[in-house]
Amino acid sequence: MRAEASTPALLRPVEYLGAILMRPLSLAGGLVIMLAKTLRLVFAPPYNLRNLFRQLVEIGVNSLPVVLITAAFTGAVLALQSYIGFKRFGAEGLVGSVVALSMTRELGPVLTGLIVSGRAGAAMAAELGTMRVTEQIDALETLATNPVQYLVVPRFLSGIVMLPALTVFSDAVGILGGYFVSTRVLGANPTLYLNRTWDYLTITDIYHGLYKAIFFGGAIALISCYQGYHSEGGAAGVGRATTRAVVMASMAVLISDYFLSSWLFQ
Amino acid sequence: MIRIEGLTKSFGDKAVLDGVDLEVKRGESMVVIGGSGSGKSVLLKHIIRLLRPDGGRVLIDGSDISGLDEHGLNDLRRRMGMLFQGAALFDSMSVWENVGFALRQHTSLKPREVRRIASEKLRMVGLSGIEDVMPADLSGGMRKRVGLARAIATEPECILYDEPTTGLDPIMADIINDLILSLRERLSVTSVTITHDMTSAFKIADRIAMLYSGRIIEVGTPEEIRKTSSPVVSQFVAGRAEGPIRVEGGYA
Ligand SMILES: Nc1ncnc2c1ncn2[C@@H]1O[C@H](COP(=O)(O)OP(=O)(O)O)[C@@H](O)[C@H]1O
Ligand SMILES: [Mg+2]
Repeated sequence: MRAEASTPALLRPVEYLGAILMRPLSLAGGLVIMLAKTLRLVFAPPYNLRNLFRQLVEIGVNSLPVVLITAAFTGAVLALQSYIGFKRFGAEGLVGSVVALSMTRELGPVLTGLIVSGRAGAAMAAELGTMRVTEQIDALETLATNPVQYLVVPRFLSGIVMLPALTVFSDAVGILGGYFVSTRVLGANPTLYLNRTWDYLTITDIYHGLYKAIFFGGAIALISCYQGYHSEGGAAGVGRATTRAVVMASMAVLISDYFLSSWLFQ
Repeated sequence: MIRIEGLTKSFGDKAVLDGVDLEVKRGESMVVIGGSGSGKSVLLKHIIRLLRPDGGRVLIDGSDISGLDEHGLNDLRRRMGMLFQGAALFDSMSVWENVGFALRQHTSLKPREVRRIASEKLRMVGLSGIEDVMPADLSGGMRKRVGLARAIATEPECILYDEPTTGLDPIMADIINDLILSLRERLSVTSVTITHDMTSAFKIADRIAMLYSGRIIEVGTPEEIRKTSSPVVSQFVAGRAEGPIRVEGGYA
């Protein structure tokens, strides 16, 4: 309000533009600071193993059913669609390879990332946001406990551990879904299909997917915790922070996926 | 022990504290009174550095706490306890885990030992048998008292109480007053208490300070405050609607 009143009318658009440009910059700065604090505190005592365990369960175990169902149907539809396409030029024998490569390199980690953004990311932002607006984070500080260490570190660690773990399941179940549709619905020969699956799949493909998953896990946890940690304005503010966390974490997954892929492709 | 000099603090373009000076001696019970929204909680949060001053200084034992690094700050905070206005209980933990939180984080006491101490502190605030209840299932007054038990759990030398008796029935309020008094007498705790409750203020205070318009406009013993010549202070103490205190939209 004050800034507006003191800015000459001519300069107001400039000020507005400045504000628009500043927002992503200050966000990026805030994320880097939170990452630095988190990394500095990862190995510092006291270790809150109970918190870590709770988050591992929250992110890993509780996301597993959704991840598995999504992966199974994605693998299945992938087989179906590539069969229809490839049949046009007589390459339907390659369906197994396409499913395996797509799942491990791309869809396994990305779908898992999106699911975890929606489930665990929202939960993290809402929980930390509530703790912020009800002064529980301030209370941690007065009890001489670093809130980043107590709250963010276990979520960050769980993210980078559980995302790749979930991705392994996602890869496996996606390939299985493709196998099931190809052999039972499309009439492919099971042995031939499996041979095709393993022929072109290398361990590097799986690793690349897992590297991405590690990055996604860290990014989702960091973004969601950041949004919750810095929320303000009561229950409505927590709601806004939660929405922002899910949107930003999902976008981070999709955008970083491109850059990680092009980089890992070298 | 606590010395506040020329403390100013604004949020946006709203000046909340506008040059607060206050000194609390070791072992003293200081009570701060003032209208809702006058900045009492903001003042209290500066003493434990949850907020940093825009101007002025907060000195504890002679040293400016804005210069403390993380280590020094944690040492300071271990010597202090704070009761939040809204209790600020951790809602992912049971009552005894809340009360024993600092003990579990900073000592090597066994969980059963921490639980025993937590039960003892809970009895001191008039609560027992609720160790395993979750904070969400407590009434407002009970939450407040659990928050109080948490603040005193590590037997700090200095305790900050933000409206300890608000929301309690008169008898429970007096139990809390007695507790605050006995902590001062037995453990010579230094305390700063914020309250609207003048009965409580007169009972527990060594000195009373009134915050008004972002400044401390009067400090004195309960006798001096009763006999004050300031129309603002006497209006507040007597709880009269008419007087010099302007009740604006922000006064709720
Ligand atoms: N973190 C904050 N951000 C913005 N405004 C705040 C913040 N904390 C307190 N305020 C404002 O400061 C004023 C004083 O608040 P407070 O100290 O809580 O009053 P009280 O004397 O009732 O405890 C209020 O108008 C409040 O809106
Ligand atoms: Mg207050």
